[in-house]
Amino acid sequence: MTLIAERTVPARAGHRPFGLARHSLALARRSLIKTVRTPEQLLDVTLQPVIFVVLFVYLLGGAVAGSTHDYLQQLLPAIMVQTTVFGGMATGVNLNTDIGKGVFDRFRSLPIGRSAPLIGSVLGDLIRYVVAVVSLLLFGTLMGFRVETGLLPALAACLLVILFAFCLSWAFVLVGMLARQPGAVQGIGFLALFPLTFGTSMIAPAETLPSWLRSWVEVNPVTHVMNAARGLMVGGPVAGPVLWTLLWSALIVAVFAPLAVRAYRRRA
Amino acid sequence: MSYAFEAEGLVKRYGKTTALAGVDLAARTGTVLGVLGPNGAGKTTAVRILATLLRPDEGRAAVGGLDVVKHAAEVRGLIGLTGQYASVDEDLTGTQNLVLIGRLLNLRTADAKARAAELLADFDLVEAAGRPAKTYSGGMRRRLDLAASLVGRPDVIYLDEPTTGLDPAKRDDIWHVVRTLVADGATVLLTTQYLEEADALADEISVIDHGRVIAHGTPASLKSVVGGQTILVRPADHDRLSDAAAVLAAVSGHQPESPSRGVVTVPVDGDTAFTEVVKRLDVLGISVTELSLRLPSLDEVFFSLTGRHTGTEEAA
Ligand SMILES: Nc1ncnc2c1ncn2[C@@H]1O[C@H](COP(=O)(O)OP(=O)(O)O)[C@@H](O)[C@H]1O
Ligand SMILES: [Mg+2]
Repeated sequence: MTLIAERTVPARAGHRPFGLARHSLALARRSLIKTVRTPEQLLDVTLQPVIFVVLFVYLLGGAVAGSTHDYLQQLLPAIMVQTTVFGGMATGVNLNTDIGKGVFDRFRSLPIGRSAPLIGSVLGDLIRYVVAVVSLLLFGTLMGFRVETGLLPALAACLLVILFAFCLSWAFVLVGMLARQPGAVQGIGFLALFPLTFGTSMIAPAETLPSWLRSWVEVNPVTHVMNAARGLMVGGPVAGPVLWTLLWSALIVAVFAPLAVRAYRRRA
Repeated sequence: MSYAFEAEGLVKRYGKTTALAGVDLAARTGTVLGVLGPNGAGKTTAVRILATLLRPDEGRAAVGGLDVVKHAAEVRGLIGLTGQYASVDEDLTGTQNLVLIGRLLNLRTADAKARAAELLADFDLVEAAGRPAKTYSGGMRRRLDLAASLVGRPDVIYLDEPTTGLDPAKRDDIWHVVRTLVADGATVLLTTQYLEEADALADEISVIDHGRVIAHGTPASLKSVVGGQTILVRPADHDRLSDAAAVLAAVSGHQPESPSRGVVTVPVDGDTAFTEVVKRLDVLGISVTELSLRLPSLDEVFFSLTGRHTGTEEAA
């Protein structure tokens, strides 16, 4: 028997270009396989938003918009944002769980970029946002939601929502690197996300809110994403909200991704 | 003389705990260094420093002449690590685990698959290759873990307590793997709590305790310090105990002891004592239910090296 002497497969591959990208994609595939193996992990992006939609539409629809259909048209794009934004929390929680295990020791002992395991997780979890958006659109359609703009703008809305959630998930990665336990990641996540997602025009028009709350809603980046999604799916202003969303996405990723990688190095 | 890896004066503190208090370790290329020590001695900490997972507070370590802190990335290209705790991904199948490592080591997909298939065959995991690792038994997991550390054909392999908790047959499999690796030209650092294991595999042994190397040498020199082997006899017929004791006394030249009822033991030095005892027992017609030759336990090693037992703090 021989274990490491060369047989048919080349001894070592040596240097190949685009290492970080290839390694990150290989690790993203790992996340993806894990998600497929444990589909119950997708409940928070499938069943939970559906429950929100049903509750809000029938509890508030009549009072806020006068009709459940009109309300659904405004609510669904916003819930898509809320769900994907919350969906990123799982990335932080999973990384926090993973990092204490031997698997991460193995990754760290390999000659790969330090950020590859983090990028891999964040990329692999893109599937969660896709699942969220698709299941909400399917369910919304069953409830009577209709895109009023066109296929391309609606697709753009979905991509924009996913982009924002992807960028924001780096903040969860940072929390995942800093927190001691997965539970803490979740606690911090909820604390931050409730004001961010509910402090918007999601369930009631901004004009009906008290002025202090309205000032928060107006600066809240999530409001812009929700407005952009609404504009692109059911009509309304588009350029401003989309621009703000792109700006915020870039800013968030530029701040949190390096911080997260640094925290990972420290912890490792 | 060229060292595959060497460490000098490693110090690592965790708050008030000093995990390593100045440890030197080295192995020549193509040899096995056994690092023998009880729980908490600092074995894992030393391995993690040599594997670039941890920075030492003081001292330095190098693999293939490359400093593990300054040239961590290059060092990672030379080493394979099987940690004390399983480091395979439970949700991935055996194949997926190994292909992932291959991809991370820059193998092309086809090569990564071929390498995974080779290793799964070597480690008798072909049938389980398509099942998630969480369905594996402890022994299978250990084998997959070992396979994972060999994907890149590393020059230096660290095995942190690879046989702890395995039954003897599975332990023998791992021993066989270590011997094969060395035959292939690799250098191995093996940590263990069993003198027997270090004796069977290592070219040199460093005994560590409380973060210090308290003895270093070849297995033979170490055994001569700690008093070699012990023969144990349990006669089938209780009344022949004194006859058996007389045989042991005659062969070894030492006074036998009876540590428990119906058993006599005696320390022996040479390699021929055991067969001599067997012959004489046979001549005298003493049948036995138990007859063994064993090395001193880690506890006995520690007692002879430090005058105290493992797990106790101060000298006895
Ligand atoms: N991360 C850590 N934090 C605090 N103490 C640690 C840590 N890792 C190891 N130690 C301590 O350092 C000492 C050596 O541990 P270790 O290297 O794991 O020993 P071994 O592998 O020989 O059992 C022990 O006292 C252990 O409690
Ligand atoms: Mg250990």
